Amino acid sequence: MWRVGTVVALRDETSTARTITLEVPDWPGHVAGQHVDLRLTAPDGYSAVRSYSIASAPSLQPQFEVTVERMPDGEVSPYLTQVIAPGDQLEVRGPIGGWFVWRSEQTEPVQLIAGGSGIVPLMAMIRARFRRKTGRNSGSYIPFGMANRFFTKTN
Amino acid sequence: MSVISRGFSGRGNAATANLPPGQYLTTDFPVLSAGPTPHIPLDRWEFTIRDEKNALLRRWDWKSFRELPTESPTVDLHCVTRWSKLGTSWDGVSLDTLLSDVHADASYVMAHSYGDYTTNIPLHDLKNRKAWIAFRFDGKDLEPEHGGPARLLVPHLYLWKSAKWVRGLQFMREDKPGFWEGLGYHIYGDPWREQRYSGDQ
Repeated sequence: MWRVGTVVALRDETSTARTITLEVPDWPGHVAGQHVDLRLTAPDGYSAVRSYSIASAPSLQPQFEVTVERMPDGEVSPYLTQVIAPGDQLEVRGPIGGWFVWRSEQTEPVQLIAGGSGIVPLMAMIRARFRRKTGRNSGSYIPFGMANRFFTKTN
Repeated sequence: MSVISRGFSGRGNAATANLPPGQYLTTDFPVLSAGPTPHIPLDRWEFTIRDEKNALLRRWDWKSFRELPTESPTVDLHCVTRWSKLGTSWDGVSLDTLLSDVHADASYVMAHSYGDYTTNIPLHDLKNRKAWIAFRFDGKDLEPEHGGPARLLVPHLYLWKSAKWVRGLQFMREDKPGFWEGLGYHIYGDPWREQRYSGDQ
């Protein structure tokens, strides 16, 4: 089912990547590592759907973040990284995916390696893990991105 | 219900007219796997067909498999992650050849792969020149990252049904979910009806 999401905050991560906070009133919650489909519809009815990994940790708030990297020839990512503004609406389906996830009850060590925007679902896992270990310093997470597209400003 | 996204115009161009809904065209060949890539030596490779009680009905080693007649289908690929690649050239053995003279009281099969991946497919969808065990892509031996030495090729369904590193088929009387089908993806997966996730019609 498609739900209506409203942009409530924007944050630039790099010169080409932006994090969008979406509020979805009946959002069912997600697990770190899951993704959503976002649907944009133009005034003439044309629509485009893309999948984006969720970047934020699971939360009790009806909100989540996606981090989008702008593709130079992209149809959707230039809009999401340059045009969209707080208060704008789009449609959301999800959360989707039950395989590449990290649940807070998992205690085994993990090694997370990603390139480029592949770091986004790993950021959700790292943020969820930090949240679980509140107050404990943990320096064992080293996210790798492609050199000039490194999404680390927020952690 | 439709929400208009302020300032979005899109580029809906004519080149996408022959794509299933929600797909975009790509010219490269993205690689997505749920686990490590298995490397299967040809002298240990086998392909089997088993009945619903797991009894062996047919078995080929690489040599006997490659002695079977081959076909060279050119097909379009549609991945559930929304990329489509058109006009891909393969060499493989038709499932019609592999299933000829195999009689089973079953309407579904589970494809099993090296690396323990599984995917379920109605038996009907493997017949009548709709499916192959492919061992060559674009004139070259199939790379392990694309499913080599041999993969299932069922191009009229989303590409997760075209199991990489396939090692056998098992008949089933009733449809049962394979790997992705048990993790929220559609039990059948027709791209033209956009059957991506469980719950899609």
